[in-house]
Amino acid sequence: MNSEAQAIVEIRNLSKSYRRGSQIVPVLNKLTFDIGKGEFLALMGPSGSGKSTLLNLIAGIDKADSGTIIIGGIDITTLSESELAHWRANNVGFIFQFYNLIPVLSAFENVELPLLLTGLSRRERAEHVNVALSIVGLADRMEHYPGQLSGGQQQRVAIARAIITDPVILVADEPTGDLDRVSAREILDLMERLNAESGKTIVMVTHDPRAAEKAHVIKHLEKGVLNVHPETHF
Amino acid sequence: MFILKLIFKNAFRHKLRTWLTISGITIAILAFGLLRTVISTWYSGVESSSATRLITRNSISLVFFLPLSYEEKIRHVPGVKYVSRDCWFGGIYIDEKHFFPNFAVDPKNYLPLVPEFLVPDDQQAAFIRDRKGALAGRKIVEKYHWKIGDTIALKGTIFPGTWEFVLRAIYHGREKGTDETFFLLHWDYLNERLKKTSPHRADQVGFYFIGVTSPNLASEVSQSIDKMFRNSLAETLTETEKAFQLGFISMSEAIVIAIQMVSFVVIIIIMAVMANTMAMTARERFGEYAVMKTLGFSARHLAVLIFGESMIIAMIGCAAGVAATFPVAKAFGQALDNYFPSFNVATETIYMDIGAAVLVGLVAAIVPAWRAIQIRIADGLRRIG
Repeated sequence: MNSEAQAIVEIRNLSKSYRRGSQIVPVLNKLTFDIGKGEFLALMGPSGSGKSTLLNLIAGIDKADSGTIIIGGIDITTLSESELAHWRANNVGFIFQFYNLIPVLSAFENVELPLLLTGLSRRERAEHVNVALSIVGLADRMEHYPGQLSGGQQQRVAIARAIITDPVILVADEPTGDLDRVSAREILDLMERLNAESGKTIVMVTHDPRAAEKAHVIKHLEKGVLNVHPETHF
Repeated sequence: MFILKLIFKNAFRHKLRTWLTISGITIAILAFGLLRTVISTWYSGVESSSATRLITRNSISLVFFLPLSYEEKIRHVPGVKYVSRDCWFGGIYIDEKHFFPNFAVDPKNYLPLVPEFLVPDDQQAAFIRDRKGALAGRKIVEKYHWKIGDTIALKGTIFPGTWEFVLRAIYHGREKGTDETFFLLHWDYLNERLKKTSPHRADQVGFYFIGVTSPNLASEVSQSIDKMFRNSLAETLTETEKAFQLGFISMSEAIVIAIQMVSFVVIIIIMAVMANTMAMTARERFGEYAVMKTLGFSARHLAVLIFGESMIIAMIGCAAGVAATFPVAKAFGQALDNYFPSFNVATETIYMDIGAAVLVGLVAAIVPAWRAIQIRIADGLRRIG
């Protein structure tokens, strides 16, 4: 963690295991670390190392076996399902590997979707969506449907959807995993810009060392234990 | 509005599957509506029966006659306003396929008992005056292109021989459901001929059609009449017209029950088809539901989406089915007007159609909605890619 940054995420003794038949497979083993406010963290590691599990736990879409995850002062491990849903809607922006846009909704409507859970009027929602799509450079494609957009454009729509509610933290699971090199670079540049200009805290899971280079901190997860990468740069 | 738009878009994401399902619901609702109309038509005689009309028949069976001498005795029972001798004539016009009900009645006393038969005054007078005259309903008159003054020949089955009648009057039904296929002739004319051809069958009446001054007196009058003829050679059974009609229907109750069962089976089958469609739909979208949950949408939101989609498909099918029911029922009624004189789709049938469609929509969405709500986000996201 950047020693100067205030911790926005505090993880303490976090453990998680999965049941495979009668066997219990440990994935995360008493992890303890912090993520600073405005930090861009890359989580790397071999397949099955628990990176996505850790990301899901930080994002509040999975439950830990033990330990605490305090984000913005709230211990999300104590929240009920409905409280977690409400918390996610207000605090977390998601960027998925396969974009996960709703195919029957236009780019504009996909970005508008999370705002339905807020009390904003239709006009206010439209203003927010226009701004978000402008940030990701897709203001001219807002009426297009996902099927009419390239992979890179779809991921930019997904990023607009992720930032539309101005979340505390952005979580990205292999955001460039399904993109060609040029599109991947554009997406990483965009994420870097969001981190630098808007101060968004980003936690990104990636296999790609080039993607990880954009991060301030690179952590390696192996056999449920976390190591700080020597190439970490601030 | 946004959610409604999303529900509509989801409903027609797989256009072929959705339209096939809607077609299935349309056919099911149409079949259900027609079967319910058959049942309601079956009971239409009961529905149109009057509370002030009684029928006195032989207590052994309707096939046994009553003496003509009973008429005056019945007329003197307190509360009785009209008594008409009545008899099922059972004549055949052309052949058995051209069936219509025909009765021998006492016109003077019968017509005041049936205010639902609207007959012009001059025609009514002509019918009463002419002993060979006949009164026929609008439907059969139009069907056989009869005109006032035409001679109509019926072949007797119960009363052998060829019987010729002159059409003197035509009645229209006061209500939409009034049976307009009756053919009425003079009981006196029938009796006159019987006296010559089969004297032992003369002066007998099939049943007495009685009008009472008030519906409240129906029970009392019935008891008085039956008491009067107790221990006689022809004991009577007097009941309201409604009970009499129900007695007839009870003879064919098994058929009515079978039709009712089939109508419900049709709905159960389409429910299974619809549930299958919704199960496939939801299974394909578990990833999307997981994404929506990730974004903060609750179980309630997902339920609204799935139930909404199911209801839209069901209600479009229902609307098309109801719309198709009217012309199909009309064609059905025309094709079978010998058996169903008034085949009209009742308002209650439409309500039942809508109720059935709502039930189909709701039941079909229960399991898919439950599974979508229960799925863990991480598991749902794994289904994508």
